[in-house]
Amino acid sequence: MIPELGDYAFEVLLAYAVTVVLLAGIICLSLMSSARVNRTLAKLKSLLNDDD
Amino acid sequence: MSLWEFANPNRFVRLADRWLPALWTLSALVLATGLAWGFYLTPDDAVQGSTVKIMFLHVPSALMAINGWIMMLIASLFWLIRRHHVSLLAARAAGPVGATMALIALFTGAVWGKPMWGTWWAWDPRLTSFLILFLFYLGYISLWEAIEDAESAADLSAIVCLVGSIFAVLSRYAVFFWSQGIHQGATLSLDRETNIHNAFYFPLLVSMAGFALLFITLVVFRTRTEISRKRTRVLLAGAVAK
Repeated sequence: MIPELGDYAFEVLLAYAVTVVLLAGIICLSLMSSARVNRTLAKLKSLLNDDD
Repeated sequence: MSLWEFANPNRFVRLADRWLPALWTLSALVLATGLAWGFYLTPDDAVQGSTVKIMFLHVPSALMAINGWIMMLIASLFWLIRRHHVSLLAARAAGPVGATMALIALFTGAVWGKPMWGTWWAWDPRLTSFLILFLFYLGYISLWEAIEDAESAADLSAIVCLVGSIFAVLSRYAVFFWSQGIHQGATLSLDRETNIHNAFYFPLLVSMAGFALLFITLVVFRTRTEISRKRTRVLLAGAVAK
């Protein structure tokens, strides 16, 4: 599964692992922030429509 | 289709909704291909051994951190000159994405530098200007969060973006300005005589395309979120005024 990385296995695996975690992190934060904003906007719109 | 069509928030949201599923799919496919190709299918380098595989993370992320700031600079100029809200929101949306790319480049550079240079960090012109660029990213993001008045935050963050551009340019060209320093010159060159071997060149190109696509996808997605956030604020202000 993992190729032969010789003496530098730790460095290479660490670099890939941290990159994947950071990329996954920014994607998750963006998705969560979008969901939160869209939920608030939908709630606000429905409240304002009820008032009308 | 004119670029100015994107300046209309409604049109931007419509286009984003239409293109985002394809952008997410394409960026995931290209990025996964580039990283898997670089990790599994490239040979060890004669000098650097398997650490050469870090290149497929370090070079594309550094490239996107610098180009991301240049994109923010252009968007900020559109705001300062033409007061286009969507371009400003796009710059704001790009901040955390660019900062993530810069952090990846700094971390992978340190991890790569330790076995090759014998040190995690050196106050080399290229490394130092890149670190300052990362700090500018943090400052840019903080400024947006710290100032309540949206217009003031927009103007000040646009000016920070202009100043930080000096370091974005320095990060890329410092190796040409100063001969000292331990960072190597450009990895890729249009001059094929001095380019890296094709075994590394092609997966690097795919990895760069993957990082670029992910950056574009995230910026479009986050800009769409920023437009919704602005709408929420406007509706809320209208409701309070009633």
